[in-house]
Amino acid sequence: MADSLRLYFRYVGIAIRGQLQYRAAFVLKVVGYCIATGVEFLGLWALFARFGSLAGWTLREVALIYGVADVGFALADGLSRGLDRFGDVLKAGEFDRMLVRPRSTILQLLGFDFRLLTFGRMAQGIIALAWAGQFVAWSPGRAALLALSFACTTCLFIGLAVLQATTAFWTIESLEVWNAFTYGGNYASQYPFDIYTRWLRAFFTAILPLALTGYVPVRAILGRDPLDAWHVIAPLAGPLFLIIALGVWRIGVRHHASTGS
Amino acid sequence: MPQIVARDLAKSFRVAERSPGMLGAVRGLVARRYKTVDALAGVSFSIEAGELVGYIGPNGAGKSTTIKILAGILVPDGGTAEVAGRVPWRERIAHVARIGVVFGQRTQLWWDLPVIESLDMLRHIYKVPADAFAKQRAELVELLGLGDLLDTPVRQLSLGQRMRADLAASLVHAPDILFLDEPTIGLDAVSKLAVRAFVQRLNRERGVTVILTTHDMDDIEALCERVIVIGGGKILSDGPLAELRAQVSRERWLTVDLADGSDISDPDATVIRRDGNRVCLAFDPSVVSPAELIRRVTAAHPIRDLFVENPPIETIIARLYGA
Amino acid sequence: MGYLAIIAARFRTLLQYRAAALAGLFTQIFFGIVRIMILSAFYAASRSQHAPMSLREVVGYIWLGQAMLLLMPWRIDEDVLRQVNDGSIVYELARPLDLQAVWLARGVAWRTAPVLLRLVPMLVLAMVVLPIFEPAWALAPPSAAAFAAWLVCFAGAIVLSAAISALMNVTLLWSLAGSGIPMIVGALATIFGGLTIPLVLFPAWSQPIIYALPFAGLLDLPSRIFTGNLPAHDVIYVLADQLVWSLVLIAFGRWLLARGVRKLVVQGG
Repeated sequence: MADSLRLYFRYVGIAIRGQLQYRAAFVLKVVGYCIATGVEFLGLWALFARFGSLAGWTLREVALIYGVADVGFALADGLSRGLDRFGDVLKAGEFDRMLVRPRSTILQLLGFDFRLLTFGRMAQGIIALAWAGQFVAWSPGRAALLALSFACTTCLFIGLAVLQATTAFWTIESLEVWNAFTYGGNYASQYPFDIYTRWLRAFFTAILPLALTGYVPVRAILGRDPLDAWHVIAPLAGPLFLIIALGVWRIGVRHHASTGS
Repeated sequence: MPQIVARDLAKSFRVAERSPGMLGAVRGLVARRYKTVDALAGVSFSIEAGELVGYIGPNGAGKSTTIKILAGILVPDGGTAEVAGRVPWRERIAHVARIGVVFGQRTQLWWDLPVIESLDMLRHIYKVPADAFAKQRAELVELLGLGDLLDTPVRQLSLGQRMRADLAASLVHAPDILFLDEPTIGLDAVSKLAVRAFVQRLNRERGVTVILTTHDMDDIEALCERVIVIGGGKILSDGPLAELRAQVSRERWLTVDLADGSDISDPDATVIRRDGNRVCLAFDPSVVSPAELIRRVTAAHPIRDLFVENPPIETIIARLYGA
Repeated sequence: MGYLAIIAARFRTLLQYRAAALAGLFTQIFFGIVRIMILSAFYAASRSQHAPMSLREVVGYIWLGQAMLLLMPWRIDEDVLRQVNDGSIVYELARPLDLQAVWLARGVAWRTAPVLLRLVPMLVLAMVVLPIFEPAWALAPPSAAAFAAWLVCFAGAIVLSAAISALMNVTLLWSLAGSGIPMIVGALATIFGGLTIPLVLFPAWSQPIIYALPFAGLLDLPSRIFTGNLPAHDVIYVLADQLVWSLVLIAFGRWLLARGVRKLVVQGG
């Protein structure tokens, strides 16, 4: 496990070295990317300015939810770019090369196309968090819960990316459907889940547990709920989701081995 | 105890059929049609450690399917295979750690990195200990003449240089078995010789088992003592190269571009094709040497251009079965 | 004539990727429903009485935004990017062609097929299917006048979008500065075109600024016509806004292209 981690960091190292060769263009792209992903928050702010509250939630509270959702997603998005590109990898026949190496295919894919740029997305979430964080009564428990929430949300989105990559074994064309769950899920989780209808809430609790990795712990951090065992266990649905996704990936690899491509 | 055993390997693929045009596209929306392609229909052979075997056949004959099965990345529909005592697709990671694969047209090196960093990266992927790697790398650099290239990014290498670097990359972990898929394709003559010399040394001095798939008969002639011929998913011939030569009549083709439209005839050659002023003659070099035939033809006819070649492998295979 | 062929070819290619089309549709519907729920929750507050747009109109607006998503000038023309990167752009520039006109025409031709292919099913779904399940989320059918006016604006939006894209193509000639610009423009088009929230919901003091930008004509203004938030006869103003901005952007693009060509020639390509 440690060795795999070391190898992953090597992959990251060579990717960064390669990308930093083009320094000026890189900085510009990062700035552009930050702006591009940051404008969404403007819409949220405008709505609060006009309507004052969202089903009993204030802007300060929603900003915390927003920040947690966005940072978790941005982290996962940056880490799993290689998985996003899996359709291209298959088409180019590069996957055979990965199968011929004595390492986990997921590990190789994660290291395949690491891009620093994607992390620029985090800027928006971090700013929202920093602002909203000043209004929270912090305690060591709440801070730890926040960290747990990040980690678990990231695990969940990486799991989604794994599932998305797995579908490429069966069809390259339908990959877009996963955007509904990744970008759609991220978008939906920027707002408190109690504004959604029952079936959507059920979906985001039982099937794609974004409500458990972000919303539930944030309720405890904001003091709307007590910080009890449930609020600590619920986020673990994220890593669980990832483990299940990896199992599905293995099925996909087996399928690929029997049908070629 | 053979190192590589294949027994009755069978593999079929389902391929979607796409009809052309607008109507076909709309029909494709509703129902897709598939057809089954039999890539392998019972392939068997066994290879001892240290052999250098050529694996040839026309396109679509099943060569890459066989290689993929032996490499462990494809599971056959029927039959078994064993490589160094393992079933390749059942123990992927353990199996793959002991083999090397070179795909001729695709590089396994990192495009933007200097060669030496690619090799270093592979060392970590294959978990080669530092001292073993240092020794192995030094030997490979010397044998393949990579000294000047080590700091060059891969994207700046010529095709011949890249192939040499790819060969080194495939051997970083000192595998016992090496699969070479079209290693000399597109290379200039000098690089081809370098690659062949290297492969021969690897096999003779280190005892690395080599399986070579190629369309270049000169590769086969230079390297392989044993040749397996596959066609239509079946093994057509398996044995020493000399036997293959004996089976198929030794034949070469002389193609001439005539300056006029005259008819060519020669007692020792047969006209097999005529295309305007371009005539292709087949002859047996043991009956009439190429130089002699050229002399005769150019003496009798005004010639613009000419060349001599081996008949393509498809012709040889087709001849094998009197097609 | 040639452009008709391009449009037809695009249709053919897109039809082949039926799964991708359905997948895209599904994603848009999902986003639409989530957006509607969010906006509905905001509208539940008492202050909503005085909103410049009713919830019904907002719902319709959201569906139109999803339906017309592919119209947004997000993507740069990949072919042009490739040409710039490998240098073959010089061949294009050397030809006695009006390159910008070509890009403009390509932009129009390339957008029409995918937009229509997405637009029609979404409108059917939002106007016909959805009322059966959840009438509160349905797109209210427009009056005949509003629909006719909207069609005109739709055409104007396509031209405007193509004009913005053509301008972005030109910026690619400046590889350093150009690389971030399409992304930023795309983002600005998203928020100031009205995809994130209806523009009228922004604070009152910002309205003049927002509507002075070219992006409003892409999505916001046509959608307001469709939902009746703007009276049908205001189509004159919408069209004028779209066309004036298109002309300005095209003119700017031409000037920029000329400068870019000169720069390339000076630098030796």
